[in-house]
This record gives sequence, C-alpha cells and structure tokens, in this order.
Amino acid sequence: MSLELKEVEKKVGIETHIYSTNLKLEKNTINVLLGSTLAGKTTLMQIMAGLDKPTSGEIWFNGENVTGKEVQKRNCSMVYQQFINYPNFTVFDNIASPLKITGINSDEIKQRVGKVAELLKLSAMLNKKPDELSGGQQQRTALARALVKDSDLILLDEPLANLDFKLREELREELPKLFEDRDCIVVYATTEPLDALMIGGNTATLLEGNVVQYGNTLDVYNKPENLTSAKVFSDPPMNIAEITKSGDKFKLADNNVQWTSSVNIKDGNYKIGIRPHNITTYKEGSNSVEINGKVLISELSGSESLIHFTNGNLNWVSLSNGIQQRNIGEDTKLHMNVDEFLYFDQNNRLVNHG
Amino acid sequence: MNKTFNQKAWYFVIPVFVLVAFNAAVPLMTVVNYSFQETFGSNVFAWEGTRWFKEILHSERFHASLGRQAIFTFIILLIQLPLGIFIALTMPKKGWGVPVCLILMSMPLLIPWNVVGAMWNIFALPDIGFLGNSLNSIGFDYNFTQQSGDAWFTTILMDVWHWTSLVVLLSYAGLNSIQPAYYQAAEIDGASRWDIFRYIELPKMKKVLTLAILLRFMDSFMIYTEPFVLTGGGPGNATNFLSLDLVKMALGQFDLGPAAAMSLIYFLIVLLICWIFYSLMMKDEART
Repeated sequence: MSLELKEVEKKVGIETHIYSTNLKLEKNTINVLLGSTLAGKTTLMQIMAGLDKPTSGEIWFNGENVTGKEVQKRNCSMVYQQFINYPNFTVFDNIASPLKITGINSDEIKQRVGKVAELLKLSAMLNKKPDELSGGQQQRTALARALVKDSDLILLDEPLANLDFKLREELREELPKLFEDRDCIVVYATTEPLDALMIGGNTATLLEGNVVQYGNTLDVYNKPENLTSAKVFSDPPMNIAEITKSGDKFKLADNNVQWTSSVNIKDGNYKIGIRPHNITTYKEGSNSVEINGKVLISELSGSESLIHFTNGNLNWVSLSNGIQQRNIGEDTKLHMNVDEFLYFDQNNRLVNHG
Repeated sequence: MNKTFNQKAWYFVIPVFVLVAFNAAVPLMTVVNYSFQETFGSNVFAWEGTRWFKEILHSERFHASLGRQAIFTFIILLIQLPLGIFIALTMPKKGWGVPVCLILMSMPLLIPWNVVGAMWNIFALPDIGFLGNSLNSIGFDYNFTQQSGDAWFTTILMDVWHWTSLVVLLSYAGLNSIQPAYYQAAEIDGASRWDIFRYIELPKMKKVLTLAILLRFMDSFMIYTEPFVLTGGGPGNATNFLSLDLVKMALGQFDLGPAAAMSLIYFLIVLLICWIFYSLMMKDEART
C-alpha cells in the first residue's frame, strides 16, 4: 500500500497554492506535514483525500490512479482542527456514523465502537452529546470516528491546535500508539516542530506551497537539506549568521567570535544555522565558543529560559534549561555548542553538520 | 469589612424606571383599570368586577376571531418556515450573488406595513389590479373583496411576500456560521444531501430557527395594519383577525370595558404561547 503524488500542482485563479510536488508515502507510516499557516498543508491533504482536485498531476494509491475519484469511494477519514461531530448524535452514534452508512450489522457496530471508545477513553461518555463534553473529549470522539472504519488513509489536520496545553500533550503522547498496528497511511499536519519530533515517523517540511524536504523525521531535523527546511523545522526560530572559514579557523562575519573545527569544507564564506538550544548560559559539548551580547528580552517558558540578545548586527535567540534570569540591556556571556552547528553554502544548501 | 453606602447609582436607574413607567406600566394599568369597570361619558366609572372577562371568554365573536387568528398564524408558519429555509439553502455563499440576494431579500422588509397593504390592495383588485385582472383573464373567478377564500388567499400571499425574507435572512446567517469542515466530514462519511440537512444544518440552525418561529408567531398573531388596509377584515368577517376585531370593539363601538378585557386576554395568550414554545425549544440547552 502506498500513496503517491506525481507532479501535483494546485492553482486557484492566478495564485498557486501547491507547486509541482512529488511525494511517496508508504504503508504503515505516520507522515508529518510541517509548515506554518498557508504553507499548503490543508490543500495537500484535501488533494490526498479527494476532497479537492489537483490542477495538474496525478495521485496514485496502491498502484491505481485515483485522481478525480470521489472521496466517498476512497476509504479515508479525516480529523480537523475544529471538533467536528454531528451535534445532535450521541458519542456512540457519532462514532458509529461511518459504519452505519456501509451497512454493517448492529452487533458488529456495537463491538467496534466499544473497542475504539475504550482505546480513546470514551467508554463512560457514549450516551452523551458532543456539546456536553470537554474540548479534549470532543476531539477524541472525532478521532474515534476516524479510527473506527479501518481507513486506508487517515488525515489529521492540526488535530491538537484547538486544545489547551495539558490535553494537547496527553493526546500527542497517545497518538503514535493509536496507529501502531494499523494497516494504513497516516498524514498529520502541524505548525509545531515539537509535534513532528514527538510523533516521529517521516516528516515533510513545507514552505509557501513547496515541499522542501521529505524523509525520516530525525534525519530531516538533524540534516536539513537546506536552510529553508532547517528554518521550518526550528522553533524558536533558528539563528543564522554569515561566517568565513580559513583552515580550521571559523569566524562570524560581522564580529570576531572565532572557533576551530575539523569540519571538512573548503575555505570561503558560509552561513551557519544554530538552533536556540545550542546557545546556552552554561557550557555544553566538548567544543564550545563564547558569545557576548546585550539582552533584549529574557523570558521563562516552563522550566526553560529564552534569552533574546544582540551581537553585532544580528538578533539571537538562546534557549537554556532551568531558570536563568537576565535583565534587559544587561551584557551577558553565552556558550555556543560548535558540534551542533549546521553549515550552509552560498546557495543555502547544507554542506556539513557538526 | 466596612461597606460604604452610596445611593447615587439610583440616579442612573431612575430614567429607565420613568421610561418604562410611561410606555408600558401606565398604559397597561389604564387598560387593567378599564377592564374591571363600565365607562360612561364625562369620566364616570362603575365597578363591574370580572364581568367583561367572563363575557369575552364566552363570546362567540371572540372565539371566531381567535380561531381565524390561530388558523392564519398556523398557515403562515407552515408556509414561511420551510420556504424561508429552502430559499436560504439555495442562496449563493460567495461571489457577487451574495449582496444581490441579500438586498433583494431585505427589500420587502423595508416597506412600511400600510404601504404593503395598499400595494397589494391595488395589485389584487379584480378589475384593474395586475394580479386580480390576470387571474380573471385566465379563467379564475377571483375577487378578494367579495369572496372569503380569495381574501384569505390574498392576505396570506401578501404576508408570505412581506415576511418570508426574515426567515430567509435568519436561516442564511445560521447556515453561514457552519464551518466548511462539517460538510467535508459528511462528504467523507458518504452522507447524502438529505443527511447533511437533517444531521448538520438543521441542528446547527436550531437557535436562529427558534428565533424565527418566535418572531413570525408574534408578528402574525398580532397582525393589524396590512389586512386593515387590504381587506378591512372583510368580506363580512372573513379576515377579521383578533387585533382588527379589538380595534373595532374599542374604537368602532366604544365598548372600552370589554375591549380592555379582550386586550388583556389577547396579551396573555401571546405571552403564554411564547413562553411555552421557548421553554420547550430550550429544554435541551438547559440540560447541558
């Protein structure tokens, strides 16, 4: 089983929503579409589902060309950001709704709904109506509807975006387990890099209607093909600076922060990408370099501290563990973990890692 | 804890009290006053107790106009609600058609009631009116000034023309608030158009439809101006609805006592039906 997009393109009027895209999703995989709002995640999903037709290109499913085949005939299910359930059905009837249409007998419906409800911790709520449930339970109901019918393709369009923090974390942990031994392709759209890392599987980074990179999630994270992919897969935003290299000496272009590294690239000008958590108030890794800066903002996020600072003409973001208070305007010294630097050439392609 | 007492807030409330007193409480109490007394010239009153109420409740005339009123309102709701929902469903959701439809729909609502009555009166005249003349020329024996059936037909047609738009606009607003994802989810489930209407659109429109039914019930149950101008309650008493009858009794015959009693009964009927209806419709909401 596989889902393949061949040179799929989507235009609406004069605007291009999806630029020519090739993507092959394999059986039993979870695939994350990662990108900001308007990157084309939803459009891509609707094309995969058959809710929307591509302007050009083909969609192949299991070796069959399904371009233009109606969604009802494709055996897929979808969960949305909004909690979509039938408002005057009970939770049981909501979960059963995709089965009832297929004409399965009521005993089997009961058994299958019961099983899915238990999996999603909804057993106690089967007789309630959606508006009597919390947001988390409503979304669980929508998920149960998607899971109950053994779809070949399950599409999740930012399913956690409207949930509050606690419920989001809880459901995010459960999600990969729900799909573990299912014979289907799961596509999960999100704006949050952390979601992609926690869900694992494969990730496609998207920017403005382009699939920038597709591959194993950790590979995409650790070895982004280019600067765009690295930027999409970094939150808080990645720090990018111009550098020059000669021999084993590296130097930031607009000041004199210097380090040595055995990275094997030619002498010349490069860009580096440094993830915020690789700039810390304490030393990390065997090879680190100091950077001085003036604090712009210092904020706490849970048990982590974000310090925004300026150095040279650039604004930098650092993310350290623990509570690290700095005053605005204060001069501070931070440490960058050289082994985690990403080096890009002048065409923004990754040339080396570490 | 020490509370400081300051009565200045009353100054903000007093204007409301005064206004409500003058536009509601005082006129209502005047009517209540009349309803228990017999009035003679030069402001002479005589106490009658509940006599007028008993008389009205047992009067055949009142039963007849209440019956006509109930039938009229029932027919109006039966036509205007489904028709309004149907038109709202067929209206475009985007593009240039939206403002065009909305403006067309609002037009009848903007026309003063007596103008509507006068318009339809002329429109329906059997000799010179476009509608009346056309119906007669294609073989219908149509004359709303002489035949009760025709008078009812014209009154109902006029009200449908005038007020269906209100149901349309409310339903349209309700439909537009449904997120597109609902339709997609139903499409994925393979739901039919009828299923989408029954299980998504209707439940999602519940609140605006409750409002539409309430408004249309109250307005049609208290209708006065349009039939007054169109038929004047005739021919005979055929379209003599409650408020027409009330005005005839109060100002035509100058029976202030019975008319006052009738107003109060009328008022209580409207209040009671609205209350029962609203409680029934909102029972589900209260449970959650």
